[in-house]
Amino acid sequence: MKSLPASFLCSILLMAAWPAFAALNILACEPEWGALAKEIGGDRVRINTATTALQDPHRIEARPSLIARARDADLMVCTGAELEVGWVPLLQAQSGNPKIQVGQPGFFEAASVVPLLERPERVDRSLGDVHPSGNPHIHLDPRNIERVASALQERMSQLDAAQTAYYQDREKQFLSRWREAMARWEKIAAPLKGLPLVVYHKDLSYLIGWLGLREVGALEPKPGLPPSTAHLTQLVAQLKRTPAKAVLRSAYNDPRPAQWLAGQAGIPTVLLPFTVGGTDKAGDLFGLYEDTLNRLLAVAN
Amino acid sequence: MFRKLCCAAALVTAAVPASAQDAELSKLREALRQLQQQVQELEKRLADAENRKPPAQAAARPAGSNAFNPDISVILQGTVARSTLDPNTYQISGFAPSGGEVAPAPRSFNLGESELIITSNVDPYFRGQLVAALTPDNELEVEEAFFQTLALGRGFTLKGGRFLSGIGYQNEIHQHAWDFQDAPLAYKAFLGGRLNDDGVQLRWLAPTDLFIELGAELGRGRAFPGTDRNRNGANMGSLFGHVGGDIGASTAWRAGLSYLSASPQDRAFTDLGTTQSFSGESRTWIADFILKWAPNGNASVTNFKLQGEYFRRHESGTLTFADTFTDAYASRQSGWYTQALYQFMPRWRVGYRYDRLDHGTVDNGIVANGLGPTAADFPLLMTDYNPTRNTAMVDWNPTEFSRWRLQYAVDKSRVGLTDNQLLLQYILSLGAHGAHKF
Repeated sequence: MKSLPASFLCSILLMAAWPAFAALNILACEPEWGALAKEIGGDRVRINTATTALQDPHRIEARPSLIARARDADLMVCTGAELEVGWVPLLQAQSGNPKIQVGQPGFFEAASVVPLLERPERVDRSLGDVHPSGNPHIHLDPRNIERVASALQERMSQLDAAQTAYYQDREKQFLSRWREAMARWEKIAAPLKGLPLVVYHKDLSYLIGWLGLREVGALEPKPGLPPSTAHLTQLVAQLKRTPAKAVLRSAYNDPRPAQWLAGQAGIPTVLLPFTVGGTDKAGDLFGLYEDTLNRLLAVAN
Repeated sequence: MFRKLCCAAALVTAAVPASAQDAELSKLREALRQLQQQVQELEKRLADAENRKPPAQAAARPAGSNAFNPDISVILQGTVARSTLDPNTYQISGFAPSGGEVAPAPRSFNLGESELIITSNVDPYFRGQLVAALTPDNELEVEEAFFQTLALGRGFTLKGGRFLSGIGYQNEIHQHAWDFQDAPLAYKAFLGGRLNDDGVQLRWLAPTDLFIELGAELGRGRAFPGTDRNRNGANMGSLFGHVGGDIGASTAWRAGLSYLSASPQDRAFTDLGTTQSFSGESRTWIADFILKWAPNGNASVTNFKLQGEYFRRHESGTLTFADTFTDAYASRQSGWYTQALYQFMPRWRVGYRYDRLDHGTVDNGIVANGLGPTAADFPLLMTDYNPTRNTAMVDWNPTEFSRWRLQYAVDKSRVGLTDNQLLLQYILSLGAHGAHKF
C-alpha cells in the first residue's frame, strides 16, 4: 500500500510532461468513418481506426490497444444502431475519457442522421441477431455518406471551432466531388438494375436499395447465424427456381460457404470490399464505390 | 391526389352550361394544369426533403417513462455432472480452506447461479451496475453493485460499492464468461474463487499508445483472504498494473502484476473436527498474462486464446488450535494455471487447462515448539502435497447468446485421491447484449 502515492505522483508527472496535441483526435469505429473524417478533417485531425475491413464489426473485442486509443480521443465516430454494442460501451467505461461518453458531443453515431432500412416490426432473438433500430450497415448508399458528411462536419466544427471554416470548405469540396461521382456511378450502374444476387449477411441492403439490385437469398439462415448445411442445400434448390447471377461476400466473410454455394449453382462469387481497405483498390470512399461497382458490373455483363 | 383533381375537374365541366362551355373549358384546363404543376412541385419538394433530412423515426427512441429503463440481462445456467468423489467433502490438501464456493459441480442435475445484470448510466457523471445471483438453494446474493465515474477525465475512473477486484486477469471476468465451468485451483485456494470486496477502486489509464493501466483498491476485507473486523479503516488493499497492446493485426495481449494485502483476524476453519484460526498478515502477488490471436483480428471463424496466472502468497501471524494453543505461524505458498482455447470452426471451441499448487513451506509454532498437537493434527495446513488438475472441454455456441459445454477434469486436489469429474453445462443469456471484457 505504501507505494500507492509514489505511483500516482509518477503518473501525474508523466501526464504533465505529455505533449498536448492541437489537432482533433478522432477514433473511428469503422474504416468508412475514418475515411470520411479524413476527407473533412484533412491534415488538421489525427485519425485512428479501431477496426479493419477484414474484421466483422459485430465481433470486435474491447482489447487493450483500443482502450488506450479511446483514452485521448476528442471524438469517436461510430455507426451506432447497436452495431458496436459488444465493445464500444466497454471502451467508454474503461477509457476514463468523459468526452466520448454517450450524449456528449464527442460521441458521434452516423446512423442517427440516416433513415434506417429494415427496422424490424418484432424484436426477438429467435429472429437472429436483429438490430431494433434497423439495419446499421448504412455506408454503402452514397446518399447516406452525403448525409453523414454534413452532420460530421458540424460536429467537428462544434468540437474544434477554430477550424470551422477549414472543415466547412473541405466538406463543400468533398460533397461536390461526391455528387459528381454519384451521378457518374448511377449512370454506369444502370445495367445492374434488377440483377439477382445472393448475399452473405444483411450488410449490403443499402447498396442493393441504391442500385436496385435484387436480393434472392442470404447465406446466413438468420442474421448473425453462420451458414448451415441445411440452409445452403435449401438455397441451392431455391436458386434452381429463381437463378441468381452471383454470390456476394464482403471482405470479412468466411469465403468457403459462398464458394460452395457458387460451385453448386454454377455462378461466380464476387468479393466486395465492403468498406475502405477491403480490397487494394478501395483505398478511400471513392475507390470503395468504384471498385464495388466494377466488380458487380463484371458479372452483370 | 392527381386523380381527385381530375374528378373535380370532370364534375365542374359537366355542370357548366353548354353556351359558355368552350371558354370555361379552356380556363378550367389552365387551372387544372397549374394545380398539377403545383402538386408536382410539392411532391418533388417533399421527396427532396425526405431524401435530405432523416425521418424523425431514424433517431427516435421509444418515448415515455420506460425509455429510461436500464439494460437488463439474465443469465441462466445449469449442469448435469458426475464425479467419483463426493463434491460436498471437497478440500484442497495443504491449503487453508478459503471459504468460497470452490467445490466442484454437485452431482446429478443442478441449477447453476441465475444472474440478473442491470446496468445503466446514472447521469452524466456516474454509471451503475448490479449483478445479483439467485443461487440454486433459493438465496439472493449481491455479486456486484457499484457506481463508476464517467467524467473524472485524464484517464481516471473511480469505482465504489461491491465489485470484482481488478487484480489478476480472470478475477474481473464474470463467471458465466469463464472458459471452464469452474475457477482455476489457484483462485480457489488463494481468493476463495474470486475477490469481490466492498470498497473503492481508483484506476488510471496512461496517455500512451501502449495500454498502461494502474489501479489501487481499498476495502473492508469481508472475505478470504481477509475477514470482517468491525473496526474503522480499510482491512484489505490492493495495487495492480496492466500493460497491453497489439502485435500486428492478428494478436492482442495483456500482462499484469498485482499485489493484495489483507489482515485477517480469527480467520477460522474446521479440520478433523477441530477449529483452527489464523490472525495476521496475508500478502498475495499475482502475475498474469493473456494472448489472443485471430487471423487478421477477425475472430468469427477461428481464434486462439492463451492465458495463465501465477500466485504467490506469504502469510505470517499466529495460529490458534482448538481455542487452546496459540503460537506463531507463517506460510509461503504458490500456485499457477495455464489454459488454451481454440475455436477451430464457427461455433465450436476446444480448451485445455492445467492447474498446479505448490504447498511450499509452512512454519507452525504449535508443532515446532511442542505445545502438544502434532503435524498429524493439521492435515489441511501441513500435508506436504502439491495438488494438480487437468481439465479439457469442448463447447458449442449456436449464437453469442447460448453456450453448451462438455467438460472433463481429473482433479488431484485431495492427497492420495483422484476425482474424475464429467459435466455438461448450459449458459444462456437473455435480454440486453452484454459487452464482455477482453
